[in-house]
Amino acid sequence: MDTIVETLKTADGTPLKKKLQQSLFRNKLRAFGLVSPLLIFLLFLFVLPIALLLWQGVYDPRFSNLMPETSNILEDWDGVSEPTEDMYAALVVDLVNAKKNKTIGKVATRVNRELSGTRSLFTSTARKASKLKAPFKKSLKKVKKKWVEIETWQAMKVASNVYTVGFVAAALDYKLNADGSITRQEEDRRIHIKLFIRTLEISLIVTLASLLLGYPIAYLMASLPLRTSNLLLILVLLPFWTSLLVRTTAWIAMLQGEGVMNDLFVVFGFAEDDDRFSLIYNKTGVLIAMTHILLPFMVLPIYSVMKTISPSYVRAAKSLGATNWTAFWRVYVPQTIPGVGAGAILVFILAIGYYITPALVGGQDGQMISNFIDFHMRKSLNWNLAAAMGLVLLVIILFLFWIYDRVVGIDNMKLG
Amino acid sequence: MSSKNDSFVVFDRVQKSYDGLSLVVKDLNLHIKKGEFLTMLGPSGSGKTTCLLMLAGFETATHGEILLNDKPINNIPPHKRGIGMVFQNYALFPHMTVGENLSFPLEVRKISKNDREEKVIQALEMVQMTDFINRKPAQLSGGQQQRIALARSLVFNPDLVLMDEPLGALDKQLREHMQYEIKNLHKQLGVTVVYVTHDQSEALTMSDRVAVFNDGQIQQLSTPDGLYERPENAFVAQFIGENNKLTGKVKSVNDSEVTVKTSQNMEVKALKVNCGEVGTNTTLSIRPERIHLNSKYKNKADATIKQLIYHGDHIRCLIKIDKDNDFIVKIPNSNIKSTLKIGEKIPISWDTMDCHALDA
Repeated sequence: MDTIVETLKTADGTPLKKKLQQSLFRNKLRAFGLVSPLLIFLLFLFVLPIALLLWQGVYDPRFSNLMPETSNILEDWDGVSEPTEDMYAALVVDLVNAKKNKTIGKVATRVNRELSGTRSLFTSTARKASKLKAPFKKSLKKVKKKWVEIETWQAMKVASNVYTVGFVAAALDYKLNADGSITRQEEDRRIHIKLFIRTLEISLIVTLASLLLGYPIAYLMASLPLRTSNLLLILVLLPFWTSLLVRTTAWIAMLQGEGVMNDLFVVFGFAEDDDRFSLIYNKTGVLIAMTHILLPFMVLPIYSVMKTISPSYVRAAKSLGATNWTAFWRVYVPQTIPGVGAGAILVFILAIGYYITPALVGGQDGQMISNFIDFHMRKSLNWNLAAAMGLVLLVIILFLFWIYDRVVGIDNMKLG
Repeated sequence: MSSKNDSFVVFDRVQKSYDGLSLVVKDLNLHIKKGEFLTMLGPSGSGKTTCLLMLAGFETATHGEILLNDKPINNIPPHKRGIGMVFQNYALFPHMTVGENLSFPLEVRKISKNDREEKVIQALEMVQMTDFINRKPAQLSGGQQQRIALARSLVFNPDLVLMDEPLGALDKQLREHMQYEIKNLHKQLGVTVVYVTHDQSEALTMSDRVAVFNDGQIQQLSTPDGLYERPENAFVAQFIGENNKLTGKVKSVNDSEVTVKTSQNMEVKALKVNCGEVGTNTTLSIRPERIHLNSKYKNKADATIKQLIYHGDHIRCLIKIDKDNDFIVKIPNSNIKSTLKIGEKIPISWDTMDCHALDA
């Protein structure tokens, strides 16, 4: 009895399970072989760089590498008590070395980010550092009074943290203090939260607008005969064949003060000639241009789902007594949800990280988070803050994905 | 007067064209009685499904009138016609459970929740599917989905149910089983059924009457046995069941009997059904089981056995009558089997009454 249950064997006596695994192993190996070029490419040129950059959002060894003595001694400092003579001595040693190695500029920049106005303090003091004599507290005070102020030391302590939440906190309008506590930024310096909210708001409005505009088009395409619907599909795809930059600049021509739209408004009497609508270089412009550019990403998944819905469902609903509207709303629309979900999430994710369009037509109040990330990458060269902002953005997107999965279900998504 | 009043569904000179160039349905006149099981049978493209869609309200008649219960329904939208319909692919709503599917027609009729639940249970009991109330359609087999579709079309007690090839997607055994169930439900509920199929055995076993469609017209409207035994034209004879045919010219007409000279100069006496005057072309139709391997009957011929195919209960015998014509003969499986040999010459004969002279 037991033997039957225990081991099923193939004709040559090998256990069935083992044989099955052997035969499957070859298939798995083949599958892996087929994907490995892309896998390696993605790992080294996509995942790794992103991970390294994001890492910078919490990892900053610059100060502690360049000012090792000071960093060591600052580690034991509580951040509130009066700096000791040892600390001043360590600082002078580091300043002399930094001057010699020509790294003082980097140090100055780093501390300046924590406390503005300290850049010249470092550079000018370093020039005289080799001539300073003990007691260092006194001689440093003679060079610059700022050296005995506790804020300077607190800034250095924050900068000396190798692993820090300071940048992430800054990306969320919080401030890391020298004693390790985190407090909110002063009111006039809170810009990031507002920016994140604006980014989410623009993405949400663009998603809704493209859903409202795209759903009827997709419905029309799905219900027309194939030839006509193919023509419409080409019209939907047409924007894809022109460069993003061209499309965006075309919108500038359309929407600017002396542009086509405003001219038409004036002609038809919707606006006065000397009081034209400002449709561009603000949020309105970003919304209009982004909705237009992202619309195909909404239409295509919805269309591909609608195409598979047999007309007999709506017929069945009507034959069962449902009005046109009930049949549409209760029978047709629920079946398009996978397409709507896929389209919405696609447009939303693309919108939340959108860069070129807001940069070109956004003006002041149309800037999005990616424009700020770009600013910190290229202008202020504060890569750590840029990385921290990217990290926050990534977390927000993952969180929204999670919510989507809970509400709609990721398996329900259908891209075609 | 009487024929008008006991007609539940009336097609009155209905025509339908999709492109304005050709007619898909040509001058259709059809009266369906209350409680009747009527099947529209025909090859694909014969216009039968179009007729059903016009009755359901999904297509409009180009010309003519359709009456339901003596009221013209041409301008009534589908959802107000109160006609149940079973679709070929079942069309169960995939996002709703079986119970929700069944309660949908009741919800849109604003029936209270308690009544709804009761009726849904009743309908499910009718098709023995009560245990499946919380399943999604995708979790059911084809036959189970078919039953649910049937229950859904009946749950709101319609007087008329339309079925558009409802068993087309099922395998043979299940199909035969469902035929009995549908037939039983029809008897039980007394509902009028209009059934569309291209499967003649389905049409013959289930229907009270069958309308054979071809080329947008009803070729014959008759009971199943009438169709098989008294076909009115060559298309019906050929389409329903197996058929042996001979073509020839009418030589003489004598009351109900005609004498026909075939192309190979054989003289055959046949029943006059639908043939013209002397000298016109005609098609003779004889069913395979009405041909006898002896010379006892009026029409005689000599034949050569070309092929014997074993079918279990009977043997199909392909025989050569003359240069142009081969016949199929069904021989019951008895001792005779052993005596037949390919290439052998045998006498055959058939009765005048079993040979129908039809249109050319």
